[in-house]
Amino acid sequence: MTVETLAPAALRRRPPAFSFGRWLEREGVFSWLMVALPVAFLVALVGYPFFYGIWISLQSRPVAQPGVFIGLDNFIADWHDSVFRQVVLNTFVYTIAATLLKMAGGLGLALVMNQDFKFKNLARALLLLPFIVPTVLSTIAWQWILDPAFSVVNWVLVHSGLVENPGPSWLGNPYLAMFSLIMVNTWRGLPFYAITLLAGLQTISPELYEAATIDGAGRFGRFRYVTLPLLKPIIFIVTMFSVIFTFADFQLIYVLTRGGPANATHVFATYAFDIAMGAGQFGQGASIALSMVPPLALLILAMAIYLRPEKT
Amino acid sequence: MTVGQRGWGMRLVTLWLPLAVSLVFALFPFYWMAVTSLKTNQELYSRKVMPLVVHNPTLKHYVDLLTETNFLEWTWNTFVVAVMSTAISLVFGAMLAYPLARMRFAGATLVSFAIAATYLVPQPLLFVPLADLINRLGLGDTLTSVILTYPTLLIPFCAWLLMGYFRTVPIELEDAARIDGASRLQTLVKIVLPLCGPGFISAGIFAFTLAQNEFLYALIFLTKTEVRTVPVGAIAELVRGDVFYWGQLMAAALLGSIPVAIIYSFFVEHYVAGLTAGSVKG
Repeated sequence: MTVETLAPAALRRRPPAFSFGRWLEREGVFSWLMVALPVAFLVALVGYPFFYGIWISLQSRPVAQPGVFIGLDNFIADWHDSVFRQVVLNTFVYTIAATLLKMAGGLGLALVMNQDFKFKNLARALLLLPFIVPTVLSTIAWQWILDPAFSVVNWVLVHSGLVENPGPSWLGNPYLAMFSLIMVNTWRGLPFYAITLLAGLQTISPELYEAATIDGAGRFGRFRYVTLPLLKPIIFIVTMFSVIFTFADFQLIYVLTRGGPANATHVFATYAFDIAMGAGQFGQGASIALSMVPPLALLILAMAIYLRPEKT
Repeated sequence: MTVGQRGWGMRLVTLWLPLAVSLVFALFPFYWMAVTSLKTNQELYSRKVMPLVVHNPTLKHYVDLLTETNFLEWTWNTFVVAVMSTAISLVFGAMLAYPLARMRFAGATLVSFAIAATYLVPQPLLFVPLADLINRLGLGDTLTSVILTYPTLLIPFCAWLLMGYFRTVPIELEDAARIDGASRLQTLVKIVLPLCGPGFISAGIFAFTLAQNEFLYALIFLTKTEVRTVPVGAIAELVRGDVFYWGQLMAAALLGSIPVAIIYSFFVEHYVAGLTAGSVKG
């Protein structure tokens, strides 16, 4: 039997005297020293403005005048405003159509890009260009491509005999204007979908496809029962981002149509901008911007239900 | 023979044709910018000339753009704003990411939730209160106004991406440094950060392109020509009344896109890594 020897009392650890240096090294302290400044920054420039925005939306607040608290009157006025109703409809049409196009086109392009071919990296780099170039600048190019008098699209259509001279007014007709916006949004956002989904495709193990082939699955079967389920979580995340930023899109519409013709393409962001900055009604503008939140939350909820990745 | 031919035909339909269509669709606007910017005004506004190529190339629109407008000043402003806001975002992003990736502390869940929520807040939601705030701080028409607000759009992304990179550093390395007497800060600066270079490049490139792209805050906060960024300057000053100077506009669009495109082309792999990290790893 061994007897444990106890250290002499003098050598036993005494509770250490408080040391500032050692206190700083504690995980909880060090962590908060690190995160405090950035958290304060985000609270000041995101958290505070968010709640301040709610407060502004409850006021009648013409530019350069002190606000007067009026409760929910701004929101009630929005509700009775026919333009606002049109804005809600436009935003949904724009978001849903553009997102579906980007999803389908992005998935298709990702499948195409997932094959082996020469210059693959170059092709990927070029295809991403629309996404990285400043949106306003590329949208200006689209505005010129769709110009009422000198549209190159119309030149091609007319000269190939598909339409009568002078061709459709892409940004002047309410329906075509919405259609054009959706196409340009798709042009810009599709690469993001495609490249992200491509990265997802590359993580799928080839063995799964082999197994599916042995089990008798054809091309479509492999896509339906291997590719799609494994891509679902990525599709979900990409779609969530796409929905949020398409729903709140501002620059593309502001540059291409400014909400026209006759409010046919106004969305929440452009209408809120017009009312707040153009008409100088800060309270009203804030209420329109905030009205984005409930429908956006609904869209995300609906998507979460349909696209939810199965919990693993 | 027939098998080979069918294989080739199949490849044409499943690969080359869709790829070609996608490339033309993706790149045509850039081609159009270049072609338009090189045409004379007569050619530009003639319905008789075949528009798809340049018949009499001229650099007049570029000369006008650089001499008659403040384009160079806007380019410089855009660059300063993008670099500053990217730098702030990387530093703050790392300060948030390291403790969240490595340590246990009270409120960690709350902090990471706040970052995720910030990530999902679109600018149009905040522009009214921010405009008021910027005015009250006396920051209207200063580059500081956008240098301060852009990081709110960039920090969440940087923090998220860097967290992933910090987690890949073997914890044993950090433990060894700590046993050798390094403080937590020294461990972070001397051991962890050097190993996460690629993460900082990915986050930096991504943040830089986003900062160059921002429009709404710049449009509202910057109303004087000497503080404008390229997108705002082009929209506000190259369109005079109802008159669009298409040659100059296209030259500006092309020149404004080139810096981003060049930086991007050097770091494509990092950019793609950053782009896909959030969704694929998450």
